[in-house]
Amino acid sequence: MSDPAPRQPIHDYLAELEDIPGTRIFTAARARKGYWINQFAMSLMKADNRARFKADERAYLDEWTISEPAKQAVLARDYNALLDLGGNVYFLSKLFSTDGLPFAEAVSTMTDMSWPEYRQMMLDGGRSPQGNRSIKGGY
Amino acid sequence: MARITAGIGSSHVPLLGVAVDQGKSRDDYFGPIFAGYDWTKQWVAEAKPDVVILVYNDHASAFDANIIPTFAIGCGERYKPADEGWGPRKVPDVEGHADLAWHIAQSLILDDFDMTIINEMDVDHGLTVPLSMMFGQPVAWPCKVVPLAVNVVTYPVPSGNRCWALGEAIARAVASFPEDLNVQIWGTGGMSHQLQGPRAGLLNREWDNRFLDLLEADDDAVRHIPHIEYLRETGSEGIEMVMWLIMRGALGKAVKRLHRHYHIPCSNTAIGHIVLEPAP
Ligand SMILES: [Fe+2]
Repeated sequence: MSDPAPRQPIHDYLAELEDIPGTRIFTAARARKGYWINQFAMSLMKADNRARFKADERAYLDEWTISEPAKQAVLARDYNALLDLGGNVYFLSKLFSTDGLPFAEAVSTMTDMSWPEYRQMMLDGGRSPQGNRSIKGGY
Repeated sequence: MARITAGIGSSHVPLLGVAVDQGKSRDDYFGPIFAGYDWTKQWVAEAKPDVVILVYNDHASAFDANIIPTFAIGCGERYKPADEGWGPRKVPDVEGHADLAWHIAQSLILDDFDMTIINEMDVDHGLTVPLSMMFGQPVAWPCKVVPLAVNVVTYPVPSGNRCWALGEAIARAVASFPEDLNVQIWGTGGMSHQLQGPRAGLLNREWDNRFLDLLEADDDAVRHIPHIEYLRETGSEGIEMVMWLIMRGALGKAVKRLHRHYHIPCSNTAIGHIVLEPAP
């Protein structure tokens, strides 16, 4: 049996989660902020909702209590903006499938690469963790 | 009495389900991945588990953003494959083992694990892809399944240490179930991957293999890896690997490794699996 070290203080734990380059960890704060964005996305699991959304995206979005910048980000499919506003990729993926976009291709739109470039990077072994682990530490 | 005879840690990448369903599993891209599972498919066909306790996470399929159970156990009679936006996978329904599941749920609660009990839910790729990888395309799945869903999406997710302890408690629960059952426990998810933001596509072959080494080790050091290490080293979705520790904790201190496989890439993901037996 091993005794775990005393628990890390919550504020240190949460601060570390913000120290990863190019990453928004889905913290409670983001989950709270993005709640209705994620519930809107989740609603696209239903075929009739998908049809209504596709027929008039703006009108469908207006049924939800989400902010104007979030609505604009949905209309523009700006996934990085949606992550900043509290969207989570597993919920946003309902928008990918509504658009008929394969998951990996949709993910590539959040990077600075085109889909073919991103796909090639994955075939070549993926993005290296080197230099991508910590904003403060730069390692 | 029921007993846990083996454990598997495995990725559950949705694209693998697509490959199976569309008959692409032996093409140039998927061939090396499925070849790595050939040994395991044959082994599991001979091991013939009666029940698999299948640890996985729901990816916004059965649970929306409203209710977020940290640990949830499926106590129902059967579960349908979820529609994840492309129509449900055409795979058999999953048959539960309600007697065993309710027994485990009660035992865990008495052991101070505050479980959420689920009677009805659909199960997504997190649960059905590992079944396809191990069993191929049967008319009906050859074993019953106790789904155990873990929140690895909304932070804080459970610690590795807590997951390991839950595995230990599951082993005690199974050992006190009176029926003679051959039970396996599978921990699924991972390995390194990040599906969001400018850092998407991160993979870490070296770290993943160190993690596999730690799972094979005769000690429990792996349970103390902090969340931040998974996140920095293996990407934001690499955190799914904490679910493997529920499997590992259930096997006891020492294990024997029967098989191990690792391959890069599968879609956005590094794919790996390991088959372990409790050491006598
Ligand atoms: Fe997953």
